[in-house]
Amino acid sequence: MKIFFWKSLATKNETLVAVVIVAFCLLATFSDPLFLSVTTLTDLLRASVVIGILAVAAMMVLISGGIDVSFTAIAVFAMYSTTVLTLGVMPDMPWYCIFAISIGIGAILGAINGFFVVICRLPTLIVTLGTLSVFRGFLLTFIGSQRISALPPEMRGFSRMMITRGTTEAGSFYAIPWAVAALVIVVLLTLFILHKTMLGRSIFAIGGSLESARRIGINVRGAQFFVYCYVGALAGLAGIIHGAMGRMADPFSLVGLELSVIAAVVLGGARLIGGYGTLTGTLLGVSLIVLVENSLIVVGIPSTWQFVTIGLLILLGTGLPAWQAKRAAAKSA
Amino acid sequence: MSKHDDDTFIEMKGIGKQYGGVTALEDVDFRVKSGEAICLAGENGSGKSTLIKILVGVEQPTSGQIFIDGKSYNHLNPRQAAAVGISVIFQDFSLFSNLTVAENIAFATHLSEKKRLFDRSATRRIAQEALDRIGVEIDLDARVETIPVAHKQLVAICRGLASNARLIIMDEPTTALTGREVQALLRIIRKLKDSGIAVVFVSHKLAEVLEVCEEVFVLRNGTNVADGPACDFDAASLTRHMTGRNISEAKPPLNIDQAKNLLVVDQLGKLGAFEDIDFELKEGEVLGISGVLGSGRTALAKALFGLVAPDRGSIALSGKNVALGNPIAATQAGIGYVPEDRLTEGLFLTQSIIRNVSVGRFDHHRSGGFLDLASLVNEARGWIEKLRIKAPDFEAEVKSLSGGNQQRVALARWLSQAPRVLVLNGPSVGVDVGSKADIHAIIRELAESGIGIVVISDDLPELLATCGRILMMKDGRIDSIVMAEETNEIELAAKLAS
Amino acid sequence: MTLHLLTKQNASTPEFRLAIIAIVVFITMSALSPDRFLSSQNIVSMAFQFPEFAILALAMTITMMTGGIDLSVVGVANLTAVISALILVNFAGADATGMVALLWLFAAFASAVLVGALSGLFNGILVARLGLPPILATLGSGLVFTGIAVAMTGGSAVMGFPDVVAWIGNAQVLLVPVPLIIFVLLAAALHVILTKTSFGLQATMYGANPLAALFAAIDINKLLIRVYVISGVLSSIAGMVIMSRANSAKADYGSSYLLLAVLIAVLGGVNPYGGYGRVMGVVLAVLSMQFLSSGLNMLQVSNFARELIWGALLIFVMVVNTADWSRFGKAKSGY
Repeated sequence: MKIFFWKSLATKNETLVAVVIVAFCLLATFSDPLFLSVTTLTDLLRASVVIGILAVAAMMVLISGGIDVSFTAIAVFAMYSTTVLTLGVMPDMPWYCIFAISIGIGAILGAINGFFVVICRLPTLIVTLGTLSVFRGFLLTFIGSQRISALPPEMRGFSRMMITRGTTEAGSFYAIPWAVAALVIVVLLTLFILHKTMLGRSIFAIGGSLESARRIGINVRGAQFFVYCYVGALAGLAGIIHGAMGRMADPFSLVGLELSVIAAVVLGGARLIGGYGTLTGTLLGVSLIVLVENSLIVVGIPSTWQFVTIGLLILLGTGLPAWQAKRAAAKSA
Repeated sequence: MSKHDDDTFIEMKGIGKQYGGVTALEDVDFRVKSGEAICLAGENGSGKSTLIKILVGVEQPTSGQIFIDGKSYNHLNPRQAAAVGISVIFQDFSLFSNLTVAENIAFATHLSEKKRLFDRSATRRIAQEALDRIGVEIDLDARVETIPVAHKQLVAICRGLASNARLIIMDEPTTALTGREVQALLRIIRKLKDSGIAVVFVSHKLAEVLEVCEEVFVLRNGTNVADGPACDFDAASLTRHMTGRNISEAKPPLNIDQAKNLLVVDQLGKLGAFEDIDFELKEGEVLGISGVLGSGRTALAKALFGLVAPDRGSIALSGKNVALGNPIAATQAGIGYVPEDRLTEGLFLTQSIIRNVSVGRFDHHRSGGFLDLASLVNEARGWIEKLRIKAPDFEAEVKSLSGGNQQRVALARWLSQAPRVLVLNGPSVGVDVGSKADIHAIIRELAESGIGIVVISDDLPELLATCGRILMMKDGRIDSIVMAEETNEIELAAKLAS
Repeated sequence: MTLHLLTKQNASTPEFRLAIIAIVVFITMSALSPDRFLSSQNIVSMAFQFPEFAILALAMTITMMTGGIDLSVVGVANLTAVISALILVNFAGADATGMVALLWLFAAFASAVLVGALSGLFNGILVARLGLPPILATLGSGLVFTGIAVAMTGGSAVMGFPDVVAWIGNAQVLLVPVPLIIFVLLAAALHVILTKTSFGLQATMYGANPLAALFAAIDINKLLIRVYVISGVLSSIAGMVIMSRANSAKADYGSSYLLLAVLIAVLGGVNPYGGYGRVMGVVLAVLSMQFLSSGLNMLQVSNFARELIWGALLIFVMVVNTADWSRFGKAKSGY
C-alpha cells in the first residue's frame, strides 16, 4: 500500500501531464476537427525543438541538485557570436562546423558557471543569475546588438533541409526539418549519459545526497563541472538552431524564456531538491507548454490567457505532489 | 615490532590525537581480529568518533602507528582504508534515497573498479550476491526512499560487503531500530562474523549488542579506561566505565502525594507510533519515559507538545483539554518542549543567544505594536544569569557555545515562558558530565517550584537521578511503571533490553 | 546600549563592505566626470530612476529573509498597475481634475494595494498551506498575475490618466523627488518591521532554522502568509510608481526588474537561504548600482554594458563573501 503510494507519487507528474495533453488534444479536435492533422503535429514539433533541447539541459542541472537560469543567455551568446565569427572569417563554412563552434562557445560559457559553482562553491541560482547578465551584457556591448538577417548561406541551407515534406490530402503543407533530428540526438545522448554511464549515475547520486556521494568516493566536482559544461554545450546547439530556423541572428531573442523552460521541466516531475527527473517527463512538460503556447485558441481560450494557463498548470503540477507529500508527512509520526 | 596473532586484522598502537591544544585521544591501543565483534563504547566527546575517523583515514593521528595485516602505517587516507576493506556505516546510512536498492549496494564497487559505463545486470548481480550473503530479501528495484529504516541499514551493510569489506564499523547501529529489528540485525552480525568479517559497534548505549560481541573497549576523555572480554561486562558496568561514576546522584525526595493532578493523558494513540497511553502528571512531579528507540517514546513526547497529531485520546491540563496536534495551542496551555536534537530542532544556530532565549516572549514585550527591546533583553539576561550560561557576549551566535550551555539556552527559552508542564527529550544528550549534573539540579529545582516535568531519555542514571516514576515503553505501549526509589540501574537495564 | 544589542549581528558585516563600494563608486564617477556626475540635474534624475526597482528589491528582501523568494513581484506590480489604470481611465478619464481626480486616484491606489495584498495572500497560501517551494509557487503565480493583466488589456498599454497621476512619479517636494520619498518611507518601515517587531524577528529566525521555529511554537503559516502579503503590497506600490512615471500601465513593463531585484537583495547582503538581511544593506546596494549605472551613462557606456557590470558585481561580491557563504552552502547545498 505504502509502496504503491510512493510509486504513484513518483510518476504522478508524468501521468498528470500526459492526461492533460490528451484531454487538450481531444478538446481541440472536438472543436476543430482539423486540429489533429499532420500539419499541426509537424508545426508543434518544429516549435518544440529549441525549447526541448534547452529543457533537457535544464533537467540535467536540476537532477544534479542545482539550478541554471543562464542557459538562454548562453544560447543567444553562442548563436550570435558564432554567426558574427562565421560571417567575418569564413562565410561559406559548412553548417556542421558552424554548429560545432556554437556548441564549443556554449561549453566554454558553461565552464565559467561550473568554475563559480564547483571551485568557488557559490549558490547556483545566484551564480547563474549573475552570469545571465554578464553573458548578455558582454554580447550586446562587445559583440553586437544589431539583428543579422543575412546569415551564412550554410545556416540558411540548414533551415531548408527537410527530413520529409509534402502536402496533405486536405491541401495543407507540412514539413519536418532536420533540426528535429538534433532534438532526438540530444535526447538519446542524454539518455545514454544519465542511464548508461557511471557519470550519469553519479549525477543522480549527487542530486540525491551530496554528502553521501562524497563519502563513497564519487568525483563530485568533476561530475558537477561536467553538468554545467554539458548544459552550456546544449544551449549553444539550441541557440544556433534557433538562429538558423528563424533565419535571423537576433541578440535579443531567447533571454526571458528560461523560467518557462524550467517550468516545463518541473511540470515533467523534476524536483528542485535534486536527484529526480526523467526525459519522458521533461518532453511531456515541453509538449504541454508548446501546445498551450501555440494552440490555446483552438480549445476556445483566447490566446491572451496563455500566461494564466501556463501559470496555473505549473501551480497544479507542482502543488499537487507538494500537498500530497505534506499530508503524507503529517500522517506518519 | 608488533607481535600479532594470525587473525589480527588491524592493530592501532599508542594512538594520540590533538586538535590545537585539546587532546582528543591519548595513547590508545586498539586491536581488531578477523571475525570478531567489538563494542567501542564511550559517551559523546569521549574520543570514540576520533578513533574511528583515524581508522577510516579521515583524520590523521598526531602520534602512534597503525598495523594492517602486519604492515605498518603512520596514518591512512580514505582510499587506503577502503582498499584494505574498512567500511563504515554512518548513523544516517549515507544512502541515496532516489536510487534503487541495487544501485546503492553496487555503486561503490563500480567506482572502485573505475568503470565508465553503468551495467545494470552487473549491478543487480552484485547486489543480489551481497543480499544472499546475509540471507535477506529486499526488492532490488525499489527506491531506497520507499523501504523501511531497518532495510536501509541492511542495504548499507550490503554496500560494505559488496566492496569486500573485512571490517564493518557501525555507528549507533540500534538507534533507529525496534526490538525485533535489533534481533534480526544481531543474527546478521553473527553471519558476518562466521564469514570472517570483523564488526565494530560504536555507541553510547550498547546493552543491546553486547551479546554478539567478543570484546568491549571503553573510552572516556580520550583514554582507554576499560577493555576485555564482553562476558565481563553488563549494561551497568558499561555505563559506570563510560561515565566514570559509581553512584547515582543524590536525590532529595519530593513529596508530591498531596499535589494536584496537572496533566492527564487519556487513551492517547497514533497509528503506527503508540497506543493506549494513559498517565497523569502531578504538580512538581518528574516523570520519566524510557524505552528503546522505536518504542514510541519520541513520538509520544512530540504528541504531548502537538508536533505529532494523535488519532485518538485526549490530553488535559488542569482539567482543560488541550487541542491535539498544535504546538501553538500546547504552548498557550502551558506545555513546553525541549527537543532531542538541539542543533537542528532546538536552536537557531546563527542567531544570537539573546534571540534564542527570547524567541517565545516576543509577543509579551510589546508597546504600541513594537517590541520593547530593552525589557526583552533584560528578561533574557535574567534567565541567562539564572541558568549560569557562560558566554563572553550574549550577542554571540549560539553555535559558539558548548553543548551544556546550548542546552541551558534551550531550557531558558521555555522557562522564560513560565510553563506548567515541561517535556524534556534527552535533556543531557551530548553534554559534558559537569553540565549534566547541573542540568539535573535545574530539573529538580523546577519541580520544586511546582512545574510538572516529563523526562524522555534512555540514559538510565539520568532517569534515576531525576525522576520519581518511570514509564517503560515497548512497541508503542506503556509496558510497566517503575518507581525510581525501588529500582536500580541494573534492573532498569534488564527491563529496557527485555 | 541595550537597544542595539538585539539586532547587532556580526562585526564584519556585508553592509560595511557595501558602504565602501558605494563610496568608491561615487568618488570614482565624480572624478571621471565631475561636472556631469555631480550636476544637480544628474543627481535628481538618479533619484527618480531607482525607487521603482528598489521597492521591488525590498519585497524580495523580506521573502529571502525567510529562505524564500518572490519571483512574482514584477507580475504583481504590473497587474496592480493595470487594474488601477483601468479604474482611472474608465471612471475618472483623462479630463478629470481637482477633487474628483484625487478621489479616483485614491480609489485606484487603494485597489492596487488591495490587489497586491491579495496576490501576496495567494502566494503565502501556496507556500505555507500547500507546501510549494517558493521558487515554483511564485514562478507560477507570477505568470498567472501577468497573464491576468494581459487578458484584461489584450497586451496593450492603458493610458489617458488625469494629470494628477503623473505627479507621483515626476514631481518634487522641496527638491526631493516623490518616488524617492516613497522609497525612503517604505525602506524605513521595512527596517522597523524587521528589527523592531515580533513578526520581523520571527521571520528572520524562521529563515535561520525553519525546524527550530516549528519547535519554538512560532505560528509558521501565519508568519509566511504575512511575509508574502507584505511582499505583494510593496510590489503593488512599485507598480504605482512605475505607472505614474510612465503615465501608462502595461502587462510587460519592467521585465528586467525581477533580475535586478534579486541582484540588489543579494548584493545587499541578504542571505538567499534565509536568516540574515539588513534594509541598510539593500539601500547601499541600490545606491552603488545607481551610481555605477549613471556614471557609466555619463561615460557613454551603453545600457547593455551596465547589465554586464551588474552581473559581474554580483558575482564579485559573492566571491568576496565566500567565507561567509560556505557555512550556508554546507547546511543546505544547492538551491
